[in-house]
Amino acid sequence: MSLIKKNLDRRGVLKGSAAAGLAAPMFFNGSAFAEGENYLNAPKGKSVTFGFNVPQTGAYADEGADELRAYKLAVKHLNGEGDGGMMNTFKPSNLKGNGILGKKVEFVTGDTQTKSDAARSSAKKMIEADKAIMITGGSSSGVAIAVQSLCQEAGVIFMAGLTHSNDTTGKDKRANGFRHFFNGFQSGAALAPVLENAYGKDRKAYHLTADYTWGWTIEQSISEATQAKGWETVETVRTPLGAGDFSQYLTPVLNSGADVLVLNHYGKDMVNSLTQAVKFGMRDKQVNGKDFTIVVPLYSRLMAQGAGENVKGIFGSTNWHWSLTDDGSKAFVKSFGQEYGFPPSQAAHTCYVQTLLYANAAETAGTFNPCGIVEALEDFEFDGLGNGPTLYRGADHQCFKDVLVVKGNENPTSKFDILEVVEVTPAEQVIYDPEHEMFAGGELGECNAGAA
Amino acid sequence: MKILTHPTSSVDSTMMFIFVAAVLTMPIWLTPIGAAYPDLMQRFVIFGLFATGFNILFGLTGYLSFGHAAFLGIGSYTAVWSFKLLGMNPIPAAIFAVVVSGVFALIIGYVSLRRSGIYFSILTLAFAQMCYAIAYSDLIGKFLGINLTNGETGLRVLADDPRIMDGVLTSGIDTSALTVNLFGLDLTHTWVWNGFQFNAGFYFCAFVLIIASYIAMRIFRSPFGLMLKAVKTNQNRLNYTGVNTKPYTLAAFVISGMYAGLAGALLCITDPLAGAERMQWTASGEVVLMVILGGMGTLMGPMLGAGIIKFSEQKFSTWGKPELHEFLAFIPDGIRDTVVSVASLFVGSGWHLTLGLVFMLIVIFLPGGIVEGGRRILMIVTGSNRRNRQIQAAAQAAE
Repeated sequence: MSLIKKNLDRRGVLKGSAAAGLAAPMFFNGSAFAEGENYLNAPKGKSVTFGFNVPQTGAYADEGADELRAYKLAVKHLNGEGDGGMMNTFKPSNLKGNGILGKKVEFVTGDTQTKSDAARSSAKKMIEADKAIMITGGSSSGVAIAVQSLCQEAGVIFMAGLTHSNDTTGKDKRANGFRHFFNGFQSGAALAPVLENAYGKDRKAYHLTADYTWGWTIEQSISEATQAKGWETVETVRTPLGAGDFSQYLTPVLNSGADVLVLNHYGKDMVNSLTQAVKFGMRDKQVNGKDFTIVVPLYSRLMAQGAGENVKGIFGSTNWHWSLTDDGSKAFVKSFGQEYGFPPSQAAHTCYVQTLLYANAAETAGTFNPCGIVEALEDFEFDGLGNGPTLYRGADHQCFKDVLVVKGNENPTSKFDILEVVEVTPAEQVIYDPEHEMFAGGELGECNAGAA
Repeated sequence: MKILTHPTSSVDSTMMFIFVAAVLTMPIWLTPIGAAYPDLMQRFVIFGLFATGFNILFGLTGYLSFGHAAFLGIGSYTAVWSFKLLGMNPIPAAIFAVVVSGVFALIIGYVSLRRSGIYFSILTLAFAQMCYAIAYSDLIGKFLGINLTNGETGLRVLADDPRIMDGVLTSGIDTSALTVNLFGLDLTHTWVWNGFQFNAGFYFCAFVLIIASYIAMRIFRSPFGLMLKAVKTNQNRLNYTGVNTKPYTLAAFVISGMYAGLAGALLCITDPLAGAERMQWTASGEVVLMVILGGMGTLMGPMLGAGIIKFSEQKFSTWGKPELHEFLAFIPDGIRDTVVSVASLFVGSGWHLTLGLVFMLIVIFLPGGIVEGGRRILMIVTGSNRRNRQIQAAAQAAE
C-alpha cells in the first residue's frame, strides 16, 4: 500500500494524483464506496446513460443491428414500457420497471466498424462525452477484448455482447468485464460428442479459420475436442476477416485428403465461405469412402438465413435459439416479435440479457459504482432468462449454462425456422476450471471505479 | 513574386503565440460545440501533427504520397513494442517511433522518389498496402515465429510483458494498470474544473504538436524549405541548372514520415493499442483530404483540415434519423420526413458522402482550402483593391 501513500503527499498531488489508473480503484474500494457517488460518470440527474457499441458496418453488421434492437427493447422494458419481456420471468430479480434505482435509462449508440481502433474510439467518446456508466456490445471478440480493457482502464463496466473467444474471459479477462455468451471451449465440448455420433471416430478435418483471436481459440477448441474423439486435424488455414471471396482457400481442401471442413467463420464471412463451399459441390463429394461434410462451430439464425438452403443438415452450436419453449424464451420472443415483427437472434438475446443483468446488479448493489456491480454479479445464480439455471462465475466473469447443438433444418416451416435444436448439452458438461490451459494466464485484477 | 516574400518574423511569432494559446485552451473553447472531451481533442492534435508533417512533403514539394498511413502504423507498432519491452513511458516510445518510421521512410522514399507525379503516388500506395497486408496477417511475425503485430486483434501491452524500465524510472509507483505514465503521471488522468476536462494525455500531445509545428515553421522559412518550394515550382529547371533535387525531396519525405511515425506513437500513448487498420489506404487518403481541405502549403491549414474532418467524423457518423428530426425541427412536419430521409443518407455510415461533397466544393471553388477562404474574407473586410486580390489568387494557383 506504500504506493497509495506516496500519491497522497504534496508532490504526488501536484503531479496530478499520479498513477490514477491503479491507485484509484484501491483508493475508492473502501471509503468512497460507501459514499456511493465517488466514481466515474456517477449519474447526477434523473437519468442514467448506457453506451451501446455495436458493429453497424462490416462483416458483423447484421448481428450488430439485431443487438441494437435488443438493447432498445431492454431499455424500454427497464423503463416500464412495453410488456416487460423477460423481466417477468427473471428470478431472483430486484427490477421494478421504473428505470434503475429510480433513474430513467437512456442510451447512446456507436459504430465499432468491427475494428478495434474504431471501437475503442467510439467507447471513449461514450465514456468521456456522453458520460456512459456502462458500455456493452461488440460482435467480434477482438473488439470485445479491446473495449473490455479500455473500460477496465477508464473505470466503467463492460457487459460483453456477442463474443465467443476463450480469451475474453480467459487470457484477457478483466474485473470490470462480464460475459453471458458461451465460448469456443464450450462449443467444442458440446459439439464433439454429437459429431462423433453423426460422423464416427475416423475423420480427417480441415479448418478454415478467421484470422483473429476468436478464430484462433475456436480452432484450437474444436480441434482438441474432436481429436479427443479420434478425429485428425489435417490442416488449419487462416483467412482474413471480411475476406468476401474464399474460393482460393476452398480449392486446396478437396485435395488435402480431409473429409470434414470446419468453417471457423462468423457473420457474412460464414455466409460467403459456406455458400462458396456448397457451390464447389463439396457436400456431394465422397472422400476416404465417406460423405464429405461441413461443420460450422458457431451458428446464428441470422447467418443461417443468409446462407439459405446451404445450411441444411450442417451441425453447429449456439447460445440460444428462439424456438426454445421455456417461459423466459417465450416471453422474449413474443415481445421482440411484437416490436419488430420477427424473432430475435442469439446476439439479440445475449445483449438483452446482459442489459437486464446489469440493471439488476445495480438495483441489488444500490449503486452504479462498478465495484458494487462487480460484487453483485460475481457468483450470481439466476434463472428465467432463456438458458435455464445459470451461474455468473466470480473467478472469470463467465456465465455457465446449457449449450445448444443445432443442425440446419431439412424441412423448414418458415423462413425463420432454419435451425433445429438437436441436443441441449447440460452446463455440467461444458464447465471447466478457470485455470484450464486454454484460459490460463489472465488476471482479473481489481475492479476499477475510475476517478470521479 | 509575392510567393517568395517571407512574412516577417514578428508575424510568425504572433501566429505561433495565437496557435499555442488556442491549442492549450482547447478544452475551454471547444466546449460550446460539444467537442471538448479528451478523446476527440487528442485526435485533433494527433491528426493535426500527422497533417502538418504530410504538408512538409506534399505542400512544399508537391509530391503526393498516398502511403503515409504506413508510417503512422509503423510508429504505432514501435510505440507499443517500446511499452512492452521498456515500460509505459511515452518518451522512449515517441523517440523509437520517430527513428523506426524514419528508417522505413528512407527505404520507401529512396525507391519511390525515383519517379514523380502519378507514378510516385502509386508506388507509395503500393508500399503502404504491402505494409498493411504484412501487419494485418502478421507475415513477418509468422516468419520469425513471434507475435509481432498480433494481426486483426491488434497489438496490446500485456501484464506479463518485460517492461524493464518500469521498476527503475517509476520506483514506488505501480504500473500494473497498463496505462501510459510520464514518470508517474498517468496520462489517462483528467482534471475537471468547472466542467472543463483537462486531460494529461491531451496536454502531452499538445506539447509535442507545438514543438513539431515550430519545427515545421522553421523548415518552411529555411533555405531548405525554399529549395523544396523550388522543386514544386519547376523541378526540371532546377535539374538543368545543375541542382540535384533528390536529396532535398528524400529529406522532405523522411521528415514527413517521421512526423507520421510520431503521430502514430501519440495514438498509442493516449490509447496503448496498435491495429493494422490505421495503415489502410483510406487512412492515407484521409490525410491528403485534411491537407487539401485546410490549404496545402500553408502552415496552419493542415491542422484546420484535420480538426474539421475529425470533428465532422465524430458528429455526422453518430447521427441518425432521430437526431436529424430534432435538428430540422423548424421544417413543417409534412416536408420534414422527406428532408430527413434524404439527409439521413449523408449521416451515420454515409457521412463519407458529406465529406466527399464538401471536398468537391472546396477543390472547385476554393483550391487554396479554408486558409484561402479566410484570406479572401479578410481582404473583403479590409477592403484591399481588386488588383491586389488577383495577384494573391495567381500566387495561390501557382503554389
